[in-house]
Amino acid sequence: MSLAEESSDSVFTEKEEEEESFNRRYTLWIKEALDELPHNFTITDPFLSGHPIVFASLGFLKMTGYSRAEVIGRNGKFFQGPKTNRRSIMEIREAIREERSVQVSLLNYRKSGSPFWMLFHMIPVFGRDDGKVINFVAVQVPISGRDHHHRKLTSVGDDVSSLDHSELVFGSCRREVCFGNFVQHQDHRALPVECDDDEQGLEDWEYCEASESEKLRAAEAINNVLSVLTRYSELSGRLVCGKRCCLRGVDCLSSSLVISLGRIKQSFVLTNPCIPDMPIIYASDAFLTLTGYKRHEVLGQNCRFLSGVDTDSSVLYEMKECILKGQSCTVQILNYSNRKDKSTFWNLLHISPVRNASGKTAYFVGVQVEASCRNTESKELRPETKQLSVVGAVRVAVRSSFMVTC
Amino acid sequence: MLKIKRVPTVVSNYQKDEAADESVGCGRNCLGACCINGARLPLYACKNLEKSREKIVVSHEAEEPPVAFLESLVLGEWEDRFQRGLFRYDVTACETKVIPGKYGFVAQLNEGRHLKKRPTEFRVDKVLQSFDGSKFNFTKVGQEELLFQFEAGEDGQVQFFPCMPLDPENSFSVVAINVSPIEYGHVLLIPRVLDCLPQRIDHKSLLLAVHMAAEAANPYFRLGYNSLGAFATINHLHFQAYYLAMPFPLERAPTKKMVTTVSGVKISELLNYPVRSLLFEGGSSMQDLSDTVSDACVCLQNDNIPFNILIADCGRQIFVMPQCYAEKQALGEVSPEVLETQVNPAVWEISGHMVLKRKEDYEGASEENAWRLLAEASLSEERFKEVNTLIFEAIGCSDQEEDLEGTIVHLQIPNGGVVNQKSNRIHGGPITNGTTSECIVLQ
Repeated sequence: MSLAEESSDSVFTEKEEEEESFNRRYTLWIKEALDELPHNFTITDPFLSGHPIVFASLGFLKMTGYSRAEVIGRNGKFFQGPKTNRRSIMEIREAIREERSVQVSLLNYRKSGSPFWMLFHMIPVFGRDDGKVINFVAVQVPISGRDHHHRKLTSVGDDVSSLDHSELVFGSCRREVCFGNFVQHQDHRALPVECDDDEQGLEDWEYCEASESEKLRAAEAINNVLSVLTRYSELSGRLVCGKRCCLRGVDCLSSSLVISLGRIKQSFVLTNPCIPDMPIIYASDAFLTLTGYKRHEVLGQNCRFLSGVDTDSSVLYEMKECILKGQSCTVQILNYSNRKDKSTFWNLLHISPVRNASGKTAYFVGVQVEASCRNTESKELRPETKQLSVVGAVRVAVRSSFMVTC
Repeated sequence: MLKIKRVPTVVSNYQKDEAADESVGCGRNCLGACCINGARLPLYACKNLEKSREKIVVSHEAEEPPVAFLESLVLGEWEDRFQRGLFRYDVTACETKVIPGKYGFVAQLNEGRHLKKRPTEFRVDKVLQSFDGSKFNFTKVGQEELLFQFEAGEDGQVQFFPCMPLDPENSFSVVAINVSPIEYGHVLLIPRVLDCLPQRIDHKSLLLAVHMAAEAANPYFRLGYNSLGAFATINHLHFQAYYLAMPFPLERAPTKKMVTTVSGVKISELLNYPVRSLLFEGGSSMQDLSDTVSDACVCLQNDNIPFNILIADCGRQIFVMPQCYAEKQALGEVSPEVLETQVNPAVWEISGHMVLKRKEDYEGASEENAWRLLAEASLSEERFKEVNTLIFEAIGCSDQEEDLEGTIVHLQIPNGGVVNQKSNRIHGGPITNGTTSECIVLQ
């Protein structure tokens, strides 16, 4: 039984939240402009739970055979399948985590189930004012594989100067054939003995090198998409650009941390004790459901908005003491929700300081459990264990995300 | 007999100096007959891998999956022990960084991990040694250090029992904390703890470890193993595991395929990595993969070659790293600067996570230094080739022809005749070594 199966009815449906965040940044007119571009591309939002696609171009939909509604809200993994190279998946995951660009050949699957190779080129898009990653833009250029070139297997050690983070060279196109074999010579084309380039064999290719012109097409597409995004972000006043223009703000979480935190399906918040009045800098979807607030209403606020007339002030004092001492504590506190019925609820709240990779306390985590919801079902973890597991998962996420070198 | 002196890592609060160890009586809440009556622990019986294969195939992801049940159990119980102060130090207070470079080695400054005690002698020339009940072993840990029982379930569903009695009649495996953690969540998996198995790989135990990796469903949760002679501290069968949410340098290294076995397990060698290693992946089932690796390790054990294992990518990739650092150290062949760091290249170090005890080593940590240290542990090119031949012979390899930059190399096996793949499990007896890379093609 996975804890991810716990119900969490979002305040928004997923589609609404995706559209809303995208429109607010770029205005409603951007969709028309993007639809005029001929390229295949997707735009994702790392700050939404599950890092979903918020826009998919018409070319992309045509290439994959899906409708827009089937794609918006999906994570990129949706188009991968059993034969997608795991190393490539790892490279993309790492590029997202490190907020940098990546270009790698990738095997994807269409709606029909048939596989195809494409050159996947992804870049981060930064907010001009806060240096935060706003979106990732990914361009997909199909590669035919018919005119692939065979090259000497290049290992990372050779020719280091020509390698940078955004380019991965795995080496030549190789087939894992059932019968027969290749005789490979440097710079010659492959001479397949048996099966030709039908789609069955495609899946078993370890890698498929894109041609120079295909790489150029990808770069061109990226630039075009980025231009449109930049232009339309000017209209809304919340500018974006292709390079991080300023240091990431103190209260700005990296997108990789946000993605990691998004895996945790329970109610919790992160607050920053280094900023005056210790504001909330992250709130999980489950927290928003529990309290009935929207995300933009809680970010930047101190948690006291959850307290009210009948909240025991001695409990608040106890919490404050623990925070000052940098200690963990668990309290039972009466909270006031913003749900339709404006009901109050008993919150079994656990708070704990969380250190980042420097070893210093960077945040406090607060994990809320609605007291009436204590599940004593024998098949589940004890509520105390569940609550502590949130703390643990946050610790792992925070510590690891701060280790990224930029 | 080759020996080295080193300070053993303390993994349990009940682990004492080898010299001072006595059979302590009861009252410590251990796993001995004295205390085990009435003891209870949660039991996690994971999905049977075969029965739930579709799930594993489908979960290819560029993103991390939601926190799975096992992960919540490990982290929740660990945090509980953390807040109860059972660890020797707060690992999250240890400064850690990624060393700039191609591979992203991770360095941690941890002055508390290593005891400031006199080093003890370890015999390093025998990978297979019998279990010695008088020495510290995991039946002597306190029950508070145990987090839960873990077993490979029978059917396609997870079964969880929050409070299951520990039954000495029914050989159970446990997950325990490592009181000197390298990272948050550092645990030990101890298969069939009361059976007192010595530190050596067997098929059933490795499969249990692979199950755990698959069940955690998080590519950043890896399991590691150190053989005797490759810096295992305790001669009682155990694996280690922890979370580090970034790729290990070992996982980043490019690979070149060498062979595919009949059951579809692909074996590659790592290119351009300081420690020459093999990567096992694929196979028509996870059991095939696990068994192939076990065959390879049994071969190494029988040939007295120390090695480490890293189980990565949710059990889909298994690295085997033969090494010779301890032998070199005993023979005085390791460079003094490397020795001074007192870093023992065990599985995590070889994977690229370096725990440093001296501030100057941490401040001056560079990819070059890390490389130089790890390179001391690697087998030479020639020796590695020999060892690979032994391994391929032991597991039986297909007659697939390999392309290597224009040349075609046939892999052959020296004993002629047909070898039945299914029964080709070599568990004991000497294997002729010193062979060249000539083998006869399997029919």
